[in-house]
Amino acid sequence: MASALMNKPTGKQEVQSVRQINKELILEVNNLEIFYGEKRAVNEISMVIEKNSITALIGPSGCGKSTFLRSINRMNDLIPGARAEGEIIYEDLNILSEQINVVALRKEIGMVFQKPNPFPKSIYENITHALKFAGIKKKSMLDEIVEESLQKAALWDEVKDRLHKSALSLSGGQQQRLCIARTIAMKPTIMLLDEPSSALDPISNAKVEELIIDLKKDYSIIIVTHNMQQASRISDKTAFFFKGDLIEYDATEKIFTNPSVKKTEEYISGRFG
Amino acid sequence: MTHVLKVILQEDSDDGVTNLSTRSNFDNNLKQLNELLLNMASQTEKAIKEAMLALINQDMEQAKAVIDGDNEIDDMEHEIHDKALLLIARESPVATDLRKINVALKVSSEVERMADMAVNIAKSAIHIGREKHITEIVDIHKMMEIALEMVTESITAFYSEDISLAQRCAKRDDQVDKMFGSLIQELLSFIPHNPNSTNQIIQLAFVCRFIERIADHSTNIAENVVYLVTGERINLND
Repeated sequence: MASALMNKPTGKQEVQSVRQINKELILEVNNLEIFYGEKRAVNEISMVIEKNSITALIGPSGCGKSTFLRSINRMNDLIPGARAEGEIIYEDLNILSEQINVVALRKEIGMVFQKPNPFPKSIYENITHALKFAGIKKKSMLDEIVEESLQKAALWDEVKDRLHKSALSLSGGQQQRLCIARTIAMKPTIMLLDEPSSALDPISNAKVEELIIDLKKDYSIIIVTHNMQQASRISDKTAFFFKGDLIEYDATEKIFTNPSVKKTEEYISGRFG
Repeated sequence: MTHVLKVILQEDSDDGVTNLSTRSNFDNNLKQLNELLLNMASQTEKAIKEAMLALINQDMEQAKAVIDGDNEIDDMEHEIHDKALLLIARESPVATDLRKINVALKVSSEVERMADMAVNIAKSAIHIGREKHITEIVDIHKMMEIALEMVTESITAFYSEDISLAQRCAKRDDQVDKMFGSLIQELLSFIPHNPNSTNQIIQLAFVCRFIERIADHSTNIAENVVYLVTGERINLND
């Protein structure tokens, strides 16, 4: 699968990643630095992300957590002047390498944004749009993927009778689950969620949280959230960012009961940020 | 004013200035919770002292007053528990904040048990009544004084989050345990020569046991102080 991510074949891979030793890891970040022009937004962070787990990235606005999240599927490429140094190792390849086929990468590392952003098309087409673009044309196969994705996103029962109605007729929470279904349809390995339920009402939020927990058996999930309770409820590990530094990264239960760094405690207990 | 309250009010007057942090409402509520607990501890300390005086002076009125006063201490515990639950529900505390509330709940339960011991001592005083004491109860009084110091130290350690004071308090428990052992031996030795005073001897042995339990509850509070500050659970009761 990894080779599909390469723009062109290269020689033997030199990367000796932790992943080769520990198959439980999905990503390995080494000395990652991200710049917007002259400004450094992320300062030499190193961390490993575990497979089939939920990793929460927390920190005050401007701390670099979303910048880091977006670097994982190269969304920052779209921002003029943004550049990244260091390594993000995925499937023995450095995601940041110029040889990476970014379109293929984003199929494997999908993203869901803060505001539900369904296409102004039918529910069905929202899911099939990218599949068709990726060359899947057979209707029976498309139907199958649509049902499977909506099932996984816990939306099938609510929309199965109106698949050809506009996605914009759905509630905010349903729209967000549709966006998650749309990502699932591409059969990713990693899902990046950027505050996926901050714009939702409490019930929709609870549904999205349950869905995220359910999804970790199939995917590795990295979520940016400003909601401390959400991070503590759903994540396995929590990373606290502050001013571009990774201040503390540990098991979520440790972070929320007895963090090692005072700054982390001050942030999670709402004393600044 | 009881000793616990005196020590702590003295300490408080030193810093004086109230810090307005981002979560001043939460911090104020937490402070109120601790003050409630402090009042409860102070009331309990008073009850223990009065129960002991009732025993020494064979003052039945005082003993009854201690027993009647326990309801008030129980109500204080309920108030602390209600306030703590409300803080958890409304403020979603984490880390040290959460441990503070957890420890306040546990400490209040320990204090409530101490108050029950005061009631038990008062009841023993009533059981003995005005029967002439078979022995000078000087040593029991001494043991009680150490136990009361432990109460003060543990509560002060809780309020000021002082680990070294908590550890010092726990160390005294060994002394209380030793005194308890020798007092029981001594009391039992009276039985053969004073068969008519068996009831009194048993009641005095009970009192020793109640005092020893008060010291144990203080040690438990001291352990909770260590947990509050470090997040680690240790056993100071060994």
